[in-house]
Amino acid sequence: MEELIVILDYGMGNTGSMLNMISYVGGNAMISKDPEDIYLADAVILPGVGAFDNGISKLSTSGVIEILRKRVLQQKLPFLGVCLGMQLLFEKSEEGTERGLGWLKGEVVRFSNGEFSNPSIKIPHMGWNTINHERDNALLCGLDDNSRFYFVHSYHVSCVEGSDILATTAHGYSFPSIVQRENIIGVQFHPEKSHSFGMQIFRNFMEIVRCSKHE
Amino acid sequence: MLKTRVIPSLLLKGRGLVKGQQFKNHRYVGDPINAVQIFNKKLVDELLFLDISATSQECGPNYELLKDIASEAFMPFAYGGGVENCKQVEKLFNIGVEKVIINSAVFNNPQFITDASNIAGSQSIVISVDVKRNMIGSHTVYSNNGLKKTNRKPVEYAKQLEDLGAGEIVLCSINNEGTAKGYDLELLYEVSREVGIPVVASGGAGCLNDFKDAINIGKVSAVAAGNMFIFQGKLNAVLPSYPSPKELQDLFRESNNG
Repeated sequence: MEELIVILDYGMGNTGSMLNMISYVGGNAMISKDPEDIYLADAVILPGVGAFDNGISKLSTSGVIEILRKRVLQQKLPFLGVCLGMQLLFEKSEEGTERGLGWLKGEVVRFSNGEFSNPSIKIPHMGWNTINHERDNALLCGLDDNSRFYFVHSYHVSCVEGSDILATTAHGYSFPSIVQRENIIGVQFHPEKSHSFGMQIFRNFMEIVRCSKHE
Repeated sequence: MLKTRVIPSLLLKGRGLVKGQQFKNHRYVGDPINAVQIFNKKLVDELLFLDISATSQECGPNYELLKDIASEAFMPFAYGGGVENCKQVEKLFNIGVEKVIINSAVFNNPQFITDASNIAGSQSIVISVDVKRNMIGSHTVYSNNGLKKTNRKPVEYAKQLEDLGAGEIVLCSINNEGTAKGYDLELLYEVSREVGIPVVASGGAGCLNDFKDAINIGKVSAVAAGNMFIFQGKLNAVLPSYPSPKELQDLFRESNNG
C-alpha cells in the first residue's frame, strides 16, 4: 500500500506542480483541505507562496490548524513545509503582525542588505542556489554540494535553534534553508520547481514517510 | 552565490507557440505543453511565457492553458499577457504561475504594481519593459506589444517600477528581438546599474557569448532568449534546445554575478 501524502490546499499557491512531481517520482499524493484526509494521511505537505499574514489567516480560515497540531505535534506525522509553508512553522515574521504556528523556535526576518558581504547582492533572493549540509539526514540523501534549488523569497528564518538547522544557503550571508526537528521538516526553496534536485528531495521525503509508517 | 539564470522566453498566441522578429511576423512553431516537457528534460532554469494575443484581444490570460503548463513545468515559470488587475494576479498564482509579468497595465495604473506585490510578495511581480532605440541611439519605452510609444525613458521608468514594488524587470530591445545579433548592451547597462532589483536581458541573443556579454558588460542578473532555444540550423528547423549544465558553468565561470 502506497503511503498517502496530502498536499494542503489553503489557497496559497502552486499545488499542481507538487502533485505532478510526486506522481512523477512514483509517490501517491492528493491535494486537499478536508480534515478527514489529514486523519488518513501518512504525511502532510504545507505549500505556500505569498505573504505571511495572508498565509496564516488562510490556514486558520481553512479550519485545519487543530487537526494538524494533533497529527503533527502529538502523533508525529511526517510534515514538510515549503517556502512560506516553512516560514509559517515559526513564531512570528517581520513581514506581518500575525503569530505563526510556533512549532519551531525562531522567527522570520527580512534579508538585511546592510549585513551583506557584497552590497550589490539583490533582494529578493530569487533564483537557483546551492545548500551547505550542516548535519546528516535522510532528506539530504543523494544530494551533494553541487545540488541546486530554486529560491524566491525576501524573508528568511532566523534565531533558529542550531540543532534544528539541516542546511544553510549563502545569499549575502548564510541563512537556514532546510530545518528539521523530529518529524517536522521545512525547506525554504521550491523542490517542485527544482527539477532533478527537487525530485530527489521528494524521493527522500517519501522514504522518510515509509520508514515512519512502518516503525 | 546565485547561479546566473538562462531563461527560454516563449510566445503564446491562442493555444499555440509562435515566434517572430522585432515584435512582428509571428509564425506557429508548436505546442507549448510539448515544449515544456522537452525543457523539463533539459533541466532548464526557468521558463517565461508571454501571450501576445491576451492584451491586443483584451481577453486576458488563458487560465486553462496556463494551468496545464504550470502543472507540467518542473521549473519556475513566469507568465505575462493581459494582466491588469489583482484578481487575475491572485488567480494566476493559485493555478501555479510563480511570477506574474505586467506590462501595459502599469501605464494606466502604476498603483497596480504595489497592490499586486502586497498580494504575492514583490519577488513574484515582474515588469516587462519593451524599449525601442531611435536613429540617434536614444531609448524610449513602448507598451502594448511594442505598438504604443510612451513618453518614458527606460532608466527613470525602471526606477519608478522599483519604488512601486516590482521584484524584477525583463528588459527587452524591440530593435534586436528575433534578430540574433546580440542584446542591446548599452540599454542593459544603463538600466541595471541604476536599479537594485534584478534585470533580465531580453531580445537579440544569438549565441552563448551574447549571454556572457549581457552579464559582464550589461551587468544584468539573468538572460532570456527565444529563437536561439527554438530554432536550429540554417533552415531554422523548430527544435527546442538548451545548453548543458556544463556549458553554462564554463560560460559563466568568470562572471561575478550577485
